[in-house]
Amino acid sequence: MLNVENLHVEVDGKEVIHGVNLRIPVGETHVLMGPNGSGKTTLLRSIMGFSNYTVTEGQITFRGRDVTNLPLHQRARYGMGLMFQRPPTISGLKLGKLLDVMSGGNPTKAHEYAEMMNMNSFLDRDLNANFSGGEIKRSEVLQLMVQQPDFVMLDEPESGVDLENIVLIGKAIAQLVEKERHIVNRKKSGLIITHTGFILDYLEADTGHMLCNGEIRCHGNPREILKVIKERGYQECIECAII
Amino acid sequence: MRNHIDGFEGLSPEDAERLEQSGIALSSENRCGSFFQTDQDIRHTSCSYEGIEMLPTAEALKKYDWLKDYYWNLVDKDKDEYTRYVAAQEPRGFTIIAKKGSKNIFPLQTCLFMATDDIQTVHNIIIAEEGAELHLITGCVSSHSVGQGSHYGITELYVGKDALISTTMIHTWGENVTVVPRSSARVEENGTFLSNYISMKPVKRVQMYPEARLTGENAIARFSSVILAPKGSELDLGQRAILEAKGSSAELLSRVITRGGTVISRSHIIGMAEETRGHIECNGLILEDGIIHAIPEIEGRLTNTSLSHEASVGKIAQDEIEYLMARGLSEEEATATIIRGFLDVKIQGLPESLQRQIDAAIDAAEDGF
Repeated sequence: MLNVENLHVEVDGKEVIHGVNLRIPVGETHVLMGPNGSGKTTLLRSIMGFSNYTVTEGQITFRGRDVTNLPLHQRARYGMGLMFQRPPTISGLKLGKLLDVMSGGNPTKAHEYAEMMNMNSFLDRDLNANFSGGEIKRSEVLQLMVQQPDFVMLDEPESGVDLENIVLIGKAIAQLVEKERHIVNRKKSGLIITHTGFILDYLEADTGHMLCNGEIRCHGNPREILKVIKERGYQECIECAII
Repeated sequence: MRNHIDGFEGLSPEDAERLEQSGIALSSENRCGSFFQTDQDIRHTSCSYEGIEMLPTAEALKKYDWLKDYYWNLVDKDKDEYTRYVAAQEPRGFTIIAKKGSKNIFPLQTCLFMATDDIQTVHNIIIAEEGAELHLITGCVSSHSVGQGSHYGITELYVGKDALISTTMIHTWGENVTVVPRSSARVEENGTFLSNYISMKPVKRVQMYPEARLTGENAIARFSSVILAPKGSELDLGQRAILEAKGSSAELLSRVITRGGTVISRSHIIGMAEETRGHIECNGLILEDGIIHAIPEIEGRLTNTSLSHEASVGKIAQDEIEYLMARGLSEEEATATIIRGFLDVKIQGLPESLQRQIDAAIDAAEDGF
């Protein structure tokens, strides 16, 4: 699905991603971990194609196509999706209106999803204006349900969410990456940034990657990596030689 | 079956379209009355609703002696050269009297149409007696064939106790037309005054500063303006609320976009009575180099008034555009969607049909974004 090779990314003239390699096959969900400021969000935003993130070296291949220089919306149209950690507020633009625009001819489906995400009463509200932490995540997931990406990147889906909402969000994300399907038939993939691993209670991840200082230090079983971080902190990862 | 309104016949298809873009229905469907003035000629006046009377102001002044107390009462005849010019003419324009307790479900419509290169004058008096609820839509339109012209309009509005007046004015002028309205409202106890102004088409110059004096306890005024200024347009617009009575409140809202034109967006609330509240929202988007000069003023004159404002001028934030692009919208689609949202003003207390009219006027200009 996604193949990132030797990716170097600059933000404001400073390199923050230094030669990242990452491969996510069809049907797999991976987890991206690492200390604050290690470049996790930058990596996700670079894959998605945001304008402030300049790829100076390397290549991003998505579904067999080189998308390194493609504009953001083209990548979205090819099937990439991103759940924002802190999305901007857009005054005047109603959530429902955005869903209508996104869903083209089929707004009925959007309303069904809104009901599922308990967001019906937010459809007439300005996008993200005074939304709580949980409401923002529910709105993000709802937008992704309408978008139906083949590959979804989630930036800390559980942060700022209460226990009740995390069940709802966790289950919805599991649906987005087709966890209910057998691995052989699963067509969707995911990449999730998580600090706590709470989200893994709702969907199993296949592989974990540890990012430190803009470099991937190790790959492995995500729960095992989280266990090590919980016990010994990130220091060992920071000091760890690149594999 | 559409019931055609006399006076609109003979309009070219282009002009008929311009009228419709200004919220004027060419049939009497969904309207409880119509007034149509072309240049200085009053072509049509009708009102089917029993509790509401609409008539040309000249006729109204002859019919009702008491009306002279409402004529040149809120607007000073000697305010400036434009008021003096209008005062020197035979009165044109319309007078509406909504009788005590009346309520129109379908709005009245008034159309001020300029067909030739000349000066059009109007003097409107709008009265809602105690407990009345009056909704009015006014389309101010110049013919597509008008080269240059001027429109000077006086409007005096009287909102009685427990009454409501909503006026929705949609301008569709030409790029060489000068427009100078002079409007003032007085709102009595528990009265509500809603003033909505939409101008999305080119105009040479508009200069106005309507005001509402809230003289009765708990009176409410809400001004909402949605403006698009194309290149060459010069709009000096203001809205003022004077909170003279205890518990009165006002909200002044403007959303301004420039595509090369100049807009001075003034707002002023004066809090001069106990327990008064006022808020100004004044937002501008510069899509092409032009000028938006936002001047929100809040003036408190005693401790127990609470006034606030927020203002912004600039371009659309890149992170907002990219947020929508991440959902698959192209840059152009994302920009248009954000702009449409920016202009999406929902007016509390306005009938759904008038809100739809406002939405349609803004939608019609979407190409101009």
